[in-house]
Amino acid sequence: MTGTTGTTGAALGAPAERREGRQKVTGAARYAAEYTLPGRAHAWPVPAAVARGRVTAVDTAAALALPGVLAVLTPEDAPRLADPEDATLAVLQGPGVPHRGWCVALAVAETPEAARAAARAVRVTYDTAPHDAAFTEHHRDGYAPQEAGGQPGRVEHGDPRAAFAGADVRVDVTYRVPPLHNHPMEPHASTAHWDGDRLTVYTSSQGGTTVRSTLAQLFRLPEEHVTVVAEHVGGGFGSKGTPRPDVVLAAMAARHTGRPVTLAYARRHLPTVVGHRAPTVQRLRLGAGHDGRLTALLHETTSPTSRVKEFVEYAAVVSRVMYAAPNLLSAHRVVPLDVPTPSWMRAPGEAPGMYALESALDELADVLGLDPVELRARNEPAEEPGSGKPFSSRHVVDCLREGARRFGWEDRDPRPGVRREGSWLLGTGVAAATYPVQAAPSTAGAQALPDGTFVVRINAADIGTGARTVLAQVAADALGVPLDRVRTEVGRSDLPPAPLAGGSSGTASWGWAVHEACAELASRLAAHTGPLPAEGIETRADTTGKADADSPWARHAFGAHFAEVAVDTVTGEIRARRLLGVYAAGRILNARTARSQFTGAMIMGLGMALTEGSTLDPAFGDFPEADLASYHVPVHADVPDVEAHWIDEDDPHLNPMGSKGIGEIGIVGTAAAVGNAVHHATGIRFRELPLTPDRILAGLLSES
Amino acid sequence: MDALGYVRPGSVQEAVEAYAAHPGARYLAGGTNLVDLLKLGVEKPTTLIDLGRLPLDGTEELPDGSLRVGATVRNSDLAADPRVRTRWPALSQALLAGASAQLRNAATTGGNLLQRTRCPYFQDLDKPCNKREPGSGCGARDGVHRDHAVLGHSAQCIATNPSDMAVALAALDAQVELYGPDGPRRLPAAEFHRLPGEHPERDTWIRPGELITGIVLPAATAGLPSAYRKARDRASYAFALASVAVVLRVGDGVVAQVGIAYGGLAHRPWRARHTELALQGAAATPAAFEGAVALELAHAEPLRDNAYKVSLARNLALDVLNRLAPAPAPA
Repeated sequence: MTGTTGTTGAALGAPAERREGRQKVTGAARYAAEYTLPGRAHAWPVPAAVARGRVTAVDTAAALALPGVLAVLTPEDAPRLADPEDATLAVLQGPGVPHRGWCVALAVAETPEAARAAARAVRVTYDTAPHDAAFTEHHRDGYAPQEAGGQPGRVEHGDPRAAFAGADVRVDVTYRVPPLHNHPMEPHASTAHWDGDRLTVYTSSQGGTTVRSTLAQLFRLPEEHVTVVAEHVGGGFGSKGTPRPDVVLAAMAARHTGRPVTLAYARRHLPTVVGHRAPTVQRLRLGAGHDGRLTALLHETTSPTSRVKEFVEYAAVVSRVMYAAPNLLSAHRVVPLDVPTPSWMRAPGEAPGMYALESALDELADVLGLDPVELRARNEPAEEPGSGKPFSSRHVVDCLREGARRFGWEDRDPRPGVRREGSWLLGTGVAAATYPVQAAPSTAGAQALPDGTFVVRINAADIGTGARTVLAQVAADALGVPLDRVRTEVGRSDLPPAPLAGGSSGTASWGWAVHEACAELASRLAAHTGPLPAEGIETRADTTGKADADSPWARHAFGAHFAEVAVDTVTGEIRARRLLGVYAAGRILNARTARSQFTGAMIMGLGMALTEGSTLDPAFGDFPEADLASYHVPVHADVPDVEAHWIDEDDPHLNPMGSKGIGEIGIVGTAAAVGNAVHHATGIRFRELPLTPDRILAGLLSES
Repeated sequence: MDALGYVRPGSVQEAVEAYAAHPGARYLAGGTNLVDLLKLGVEKPTTLIDLGRLPLDGTEELPDGSLRVGATVRNSDLAADPRVRTRWPALSQALLAGASAQLRNAATTGGNLLQRTRCPYFQDLDKPCNKREPGSGCGARDGVHRDHAVLGHSAQCIATNPSDMAVALAALDAQVELYGPDGPRRLPAAEFHRLPGEHPERDTWIRPGELITGIVLPAATAGLPSAYRKARDRASYAFALASVAVVLRVGDGVVAQVGIAYGGLAHRPWRARHTELALQGAAATPAAFEGAVALELAHAEPLRDNAYKVSLARNLALDVLNRLAPAPAPA
């Protein structure tokens, strides 16, 4: 952007272009593995080849004899770390192997190729123990966790079982979601460099502040001795929300060898070491009157976790938000197994939970002979069912009605399995969406310079979402200056500390602090007379106590998804023809980048519905689908027509920008809309994702 | 990657000599599969013999009406060749159904025939695989095998051949031209790949040091109605769950000539000889097709999780046969 032609006070909401777009498409943007520090070496992990046991010996002789090999770190000789809070980071600290793929040695060499060859030449001997990697919902080791996604693991109101048993109309169904993998375009990577007892890491992370505090704790350093740079990040989808082993291993290898070291995971490493969405088995019991009003809602979900740490895929939490049901059960079970540790993946909990809930609701609409949009409207709660709090704003029915209007829903023939086009069966489906509004305390700095420009500084992470751009928009409006007078600096730990890009909370958290710093700067400037000093004028804001204050309001974004699909009766292949989403997410701060986030998440939801999924192989304890040829994210040919719209909301109970998060809601409910459309097309309920040809064809054949 | 030698011969003879001179060598063409396998450590050649300079990148019409395609002709070029598109459309369709545009731009005709299975156990050095390491066992048989073979598999191996192109070549009665230490020879494309049997480590009948120099698309199938259809997990860039190539000539309502090959079902493109035999001379009707297709698929031995492939293959074959058969004359 050049010139100063922008009008003041109009930056927020404008479709401002991504500021680093040119750097990215020209290759000038540098990612973590691209910091070619002098003398840099490369590390390559040796993954455990057994699902459970102990390393009894690591023979490094053959590896060390290879040309260019500098070192092989083993559980015996790797630097000792302080005990991490996150046990997945306790790498090379002992002989235990908790799952296949766990790092049991680390080769360091002059080139990535030499490091890979060395890693392969390391001979590891194990004392193998029997393992259990077979997940079933009735597994005897299953237990009810205290917490699920920071909320109680179980919420029960009224007498849900009795109410269900006595309901006029009942739906009792079980839905299954497979393991899903984040697979950001840039695999996790870190470059680490020690200068005495000062550590600098360039890392691919959604939150550099946590990387810094974690490394300081692990390596017993004062935080100010750790510098974390994450200037450009090629996607994360939750898998880079907290530090993963790459940054710890790179720092260990750099300390061990005295050289800067890069560890860039290969695509195949990701499924076992960076987290994944745990599979879920979800039983939904819906009881309703003939008028469609829910009398009982029981949502019970079971998912596996590893023995390294407990992670609960909190799929039943959405049932505490969505519908008025006087008798409610929302409960989780978790089964610890000898498997890789699951973690956050875009809309953890909400994405699989709303797939099951919104599919079950469609089944209820079917049983009642009621339009699914109308059924949802009839079950609008007056306050949040789980908490009893009033909603700060809730426009889910408006989203459904607006989506229905845009999609052409009113012309829909509700009968399933009756629309044919050659060998194709056609259908449409709808589902609602929800995602909580979250924010965390942040600091930010703002500076006015004598040349009339401004700099905003904050250790935010731009993981491809456009954070730099939208924070400049927040600043410009708070300062009352044109957008192109504001520069944003993000992604470095010498900037004011800020929370992670996760939970759809980044812009709210960071924007809040930026707004406050800029508002204060504006009033300081208003009081200032004469030219600015050479160093300009600086302000700093800290939203602690505000962003994390308890709210009397239940705050959530809502949305609606509509899908049209065609199902080929010859092959069982499904093609989505249209996806349409309408969102009510407070004020939309950048129309361009917001649309990109919405449609991107809808495509991810399409993948969840139709193509994505891996198999936890009980014999080996990992996922055979370890590359992008076998783990099927949608390709262009799968994505014909995707539209995202939004309803303007004016919600005064959020943050100074009036925004709700938008990074995740697009994936929530998309799979249900697609699945409901497949039922409308075929007349068959498929209750296990993904909806691949094998399953569809088997269903079609058993019907005919 | 371990250090390896690299030579770039200028002729077929030099290439074959280089192979003899470098024990443990591999021929390198487009590299779209071999380089992946090098990175995975599945292939560990001592030397790569780069075929990029060999004069095998041309396509020529032979006097008898057949078409010889050089081994290093790119998949994208072969798919776009107007002679292929008009006379052997199943081949063009099969090529375009494979991989991605970028891969097709690099992959070659010969290399496509020699690509290895994408069985995940074959690709993972930490798991047993009789194809990669004879005698180590098969991880897929009791493991994740939805994508694996239903026909012609053995106790040792249930892998499938991943090629789309090879399926069309098998149905079209193409020939594979080879050159080796003992001179040139030809093999029918349908017989080029092996069943796994006791030696799943051998994918094809190629002899050590032999080089594919080209393929020949025969006059006998030129200009006949032919088609390829593939079912997969996403709309593009996915290997076949099942596929079929069909060439069909019908005269006076009777099948005069037919070739059918399946992909995704076996360790090699599966030529449906039982079906072909039953159809030869039979009325070209949906009922006849259905009966004949069932004859072949009755030999299927599905595993725990891949029985769907039998129905899928049947549906694909019937769809293509009915599409290629001329509509019956109005009564």
